[in-house]
Amino acid sequence: MSGGQAVISVRDLVVGFGDAAVLDRVSLDVFRGEILGFVGGSGAGKSVLMRAIIGLLPKRNGTIEVFGSDLASLGERERRSIERRWGVLFQQGALFSSLTALQNVAFPIREYLKLSPRLIEEIAATKLEMVGLGADVRGKFPAELSGGMIKRVALARALALDPDIVFLDEPTSGLDPIGAAEFDELIRTLQRTLGLSVFMVTHDLDSLHAVCDRIAVLSEGRVIAAGPIEAMLASEHPWLKSYFQGKRGRRVH
Amino acid sequence: MAAFPDRETLSVAALNGRVFGERVALAALGTWTAATAAELEPIIEEAARRYEHARYVDIDLARLERLDTFGAWLIERLERAFTARGSTARIIGLSDADRGLIEEVRLVNRTPQRGRAGANRILVALDDVGRAMAEMGWSLVLLAQLLGALTAAALGTIAHPSRLRLTSTIHHLERVGWRALPIILLSTFMIGAILAQQGIFRFREFGADVYVVDMVAVLVLREVGVLIVCVMVAGRSGSAYTAELGSMKMREEIDALRTMGLDPIEVLVLPRIIALVIALPLLTFLGSMAALYGAGLVCWLYGGMAPEIFLQRLREAIWLPTFEVGLIKAPFMALVIGLVACVEGFEVEGSAASLGLKTTASVVKSIFLVIALDGLFAVFFASIGM
Repeated sequence: MSGGQAVISVRDLVVGFGDAAVLDRVSLDVFRGEILGFVGGSGAGKSVLMRAIIGLLPKRNGTIEVFGSDLASLGERERRSIERRWGVLFQQGALFSSLTALQNVAFPIREYLKLSPRLIEEIAATKLEMVGLGADVRGKFPAELSGGMIKRVALARALALDPDIVFLDEPTSGLDPIGAAEFDELIRTLQRTLGLSVFMVTHDLDSLHAVCDRIAVLSEGRVIAAGPIEAMLASEHPWLKSYFQGKRGRRVH
Repeated sequence: MAAFPDRETLSVAALNGRVFGERVALAALGTWTAATAAELEPIIEEAARRYEHARYVDIDLARLERLDTFGAWLIERLERAFTARGSTARIIGLSDADRGLIEEVRLVNRTPQRGRAGANRILVALDDVGRAMAEMGWSLVLLAQLLGALTAAALGTIAHPSRLRLTSTIHHLERVGWRALPIILLSTFMIGAILAQQGIFRFREFGADVYVVDMVAVLVLREVGVLIVCVMVAGRSGSAYTAELGSMKMREEIDALRTMGLDPIEVLVLPRIIALVIALPLLTFLGSMAALYGAGLVCWLYGGMAPEIFLQRLREAIWLPTFEVGLIKAPFMALVIGLVACVEGFEVEGSAASLGLKTTASVVKSIFLVIALDGLFAVFFASIGM
């Protein structure tokens, strides 16, 4: 991307549990309109960083700025208005099991906007169709949906309020390769149509190749590299080399 | 902050219309987003009404400042309203940035929402009653089914005692028996005390203070002791069983057991029910003693009846069968509580709401069945003269 403004900017972030610091002075930018892929070994703290940014985990030190304002310094109201401008897709979908697909998507709209019931329903149905789910899925409960459908409904819910930033926690995990490729394509299309900035935690090398504008790599509590996929492939760093050029990495060139 | 304008501050949106003969030119102005959608919805409805006779409608988006899915959908809805009336509507002045969005919403919501058919109220009520009855019948079938499976598992375990999950049984025994003891002792102690206090208060009017001992002893030992303990156990342990089995079912743990060739009844249900069947009579005995103790204490402190007199009266008022009546019932009630709890647990479906529903049903049904069973026992004991 054209080195635009940073919508998220993390500086020297420290997050830990007990004695261990999971994130040790992490700094990272997400620029407007880009898809940032965030990779790292299992347990390296990728989800921890995401959860720290969206405020589900307390930080020990450092600053997190979203849309240019420091989250720690905001009052309840301002924080809420920022929270409205991001959507989160959790790894397991985290759909409300007692609501139908349509009600799940309608839920944030109903909570935040004073719209007529008809319009709420239409917008929620629109979002569902944008993620490729037709009228037959609207009335179904999460327990009746397949894994791929749950991810799609969860994505529709994350997009319900037309956010500026979307956080995706392993969006393609648990999907078959065809479903995963379709989901990548969907994210790409929606990102272009809606002008989203996307922060995507992933393990999926295909996703990294297919949709990510930039990749940031977390290892041993630090961001060890950030840049486009070509830079990652060219890197001589041993961890990057084994991650991107290992047996599974080479397959996707 | 200027780089990231907040949506609230820029929420100005409008739709201007001008009529040129048969042609109407509509121009959308300002911010058409989630923040302005509430004001815009009546505006587009008004526009659709006002220009309903126009033959050609142009919707000009050139002067839009911001557009999101909400705004795009409203524009699409406006266009569809004209098209539905036979007008020719088109969208002009579309910027490249907004083109994708408008094209995206053009495809959606083509299948109409399923309207809820206006059903006859009486039919709905009858339907509800019918369903409730069918469900009741079904839950009795399930109870019988589980009782059968449990009996088979129990017989299998008697034939091969090594198949009994002893560790699990002891673990559940500790949970439903030992750990329930304090709260059960406290509640029955208080029930005994309350019964005695009420009894003394009324019986004194007839000068028959001492008969309060007869009343409390018979009530507690035959009925109240076991009932209170059952209600406590159903609420405390029955609900826990349902919730445990239910969440295990939700997470496919029960299916996992089956695929390993293990019988969930034998592994999960049998130890739990054995634990209840052992624990409930013990709790009933201890609870009844606590109730009598509470009653004695109140008689002494409140009624001025010396403990010796209380004990003397107690010996005259009760005989062994009074005591047996309560204890014989306990294991059967334990079986009912355990069976209902496990049946409801296995009935849990995918959602969190269903888990809550079944846990509630487990407690309500087991308390009801315990009371019904108690009634049957009363008839039975009366006819054999106990």
